[in-house]
Amino acid sequence: MQMRINRVSLMLRGRPVLHDLSATLQPGRVTVILGANGAGKSTLLSCLAGLRVPDRGTVLLGEQPVPGMDPRVRGRQIGLMPQRAEIHWDVDVETLVGLGRMPHRGRWGLTEGDRAAISSAMAATDVTALRQRKALRLSGGEQGRVLLARVLAGEPHWLLADEPLASLDPAHQLDVLDRLRDAARGGAGVVVVLHDLTHAARVADEALVLKQGHLLAAGPAANVLTPEVLAQAYGVEVHLARTADGAPIIVPVRRIA
Amino acid sequence: MNNAQRNGLLAAVLLLAMLASLLAGPVWVSPSDWGAGGLKAIILFELRLPRAILGAAIGAGLGLAGAVMQGFLRNPLADPGLFGVSSSAALGAVISLYFGFAASALLLPLFALAGAALGMAALSLLVGRSESLILFTLAGLILASLSGSLTALMISLAPTPFATAQIVNWLMGALTDRSWADVQLVVPLIVLGAIILAGTARPLDSLTLGETAARSMGVDLGRLQWRVVIGVGLLVGASVAAAGIIGFVGLIVPHLVRPLVGHRPGAVLLPSALAGALLVVLADSLVRVLPTTSELRLGIAMSLLGTPFFLALLVRMRRELT
Repeated sequence: MQMRINRVSLMLRGRPVLHDLSATLQPGRVTVILGANGAGKSTLLSCLAGLRVPDRGTVLLGEQPVPGMDPRVRGRQIGLMPQRAEIHWDVDVETLVGLGRMPHRGRWGLTEGDRAAISSAMAATDVTALRQRKALRLSGGEQGRVLLARVLAGEPHWLLADEPLASLDPAHQLDVLDRLRDAARGGAGVVVVLHDLTHAARVADEALVLKQGHLLAAGPAANVLTPEVLAQAYGVEVHLARTADGAPIIVPVRRIA
Repeated sequence: MNNAQRNGLLAAVLLLAMLASLLAGPVWVSPSDWGAGGLKAIILFELRLPRAILGAAIGAGLGLAGAVMQGFLRNPLADPGLFGVSSSAALGAVISLYFGFAASALLLPLFALAGAALGMAALSLLVGRSESLILFTLAGLILASLSGSLTALMISLAPTPFATAQIVNWLMGALTDRSWADVQLVVPLIVLGAIILAGTARPLDSLTLGETAARSMGVDLGRLQWRVVIGVGLLVGASVAAAGIIGFVGLIVPHLVRPLVGHRPGAVLLPSALAGALLVVLADSLVRVLPTTSELRLGIAMSLLGTPFFLALLVRMRRELT
């Protein structure tokens, strides 16, 4: 099922944050959302997750408006990894990952299916060895992987992640990007807000670039992640290179005055 | 031991404690007196049994309300009194004492319940449709300080020194001389509140991940908030109506239980109710047995028990921080 952003506008505290945005997101693809700080990326993501209702326009999942969906059904379809990692109680990793099954669960305990989803999510993010540990006593990067496992455990058809690479070391950054790719290969639609241009260029099938709430560019990543667009979006000059195997490297070099 | 076994054990211990509390007091009743009739049977069935049931109900209510509050506010120091419901219930009771209405045994609890209901209504007016926890806590604080100061005003304006003494004494909380009428009034409300709060376990679990993640998993925070307000209001209002203000139960009990169940907020609820009931039944038996000239007030006993607990908490935290 496609996700369609249909002429979405949103004001927050009297300030326009999203301005007449339209785009179509495809399942089975990784879509990266790029833009400077305050461009509206996280707000757009929470509209996609159904947590904010646009003032005008709507977000459609298939034919169904996301804001009107039953919250539990929506929770099964759309998984969100928020920008801020929050863990409030001293629970162990397995319990925390298990919370991701919440929208699926019946009245009583975990089913076999729940358990299978939890262990494969933990395996995918390389946290199985930590499952008895207290989540609050893990390092920031380990917590990030645990929280990704929580979202994966819900087996959502759409996986939305807001800067999932924050505080991860390079190896685990690559791992997380691989997991997102895997999810897309498994048929899920993946939408990620990223700041690292090189990672974005590597993982993205599609890209949306926002500037001050407007859609600056959208389309296949190779067409969108150009020095011209990035200069407009961030006000920086970028250096574009390629590794020996042809993967793009995009490095910001200086501000454009 | 898993959670179900632990809850079963707690329930069994609670039942034993309630049975034992029937025997204990200024007059000791031995099990052989139970069927014998006469004065001891009256003490047993008309004084001690309703008191044990009331103690268990109130303790369960306060323990559960505390566990829900802590989970909802994601703060281990939250207390059921934080909403201002207990102080507005107390204000209602104090008004009835001030005007000397307490002559009829049921008027005081009814006034207390009316106070609690007004408190909840005021809270909902103040908060409106907002889901902000800060606004919520602030509104509760305003309510608590308003009804607290009105209570102080009633005390200072009391018509006779006797009324003053009666009010002050009542505020300290006790289960002395409660009857079946109190049980009939209070226990159904506590059961209703507990049923309402039982549905909060799952949403409270998901709040472990914060509000955004919880909402993304389908939790309706507005609905959860009203469930918590109404459920906690019923439990706290009913227990204040029956026994005055009994502090610390709602704060201590979830704390003690939490590490045993692996800290998951939803899993804390049932054992908190059971352990809260156990704590109040034991403390109430203790104040009856202590050889004081007049019975030690349960509320005071609870605070005396509570302070060392916080001292222990502080010492442990200091060790963990250094």
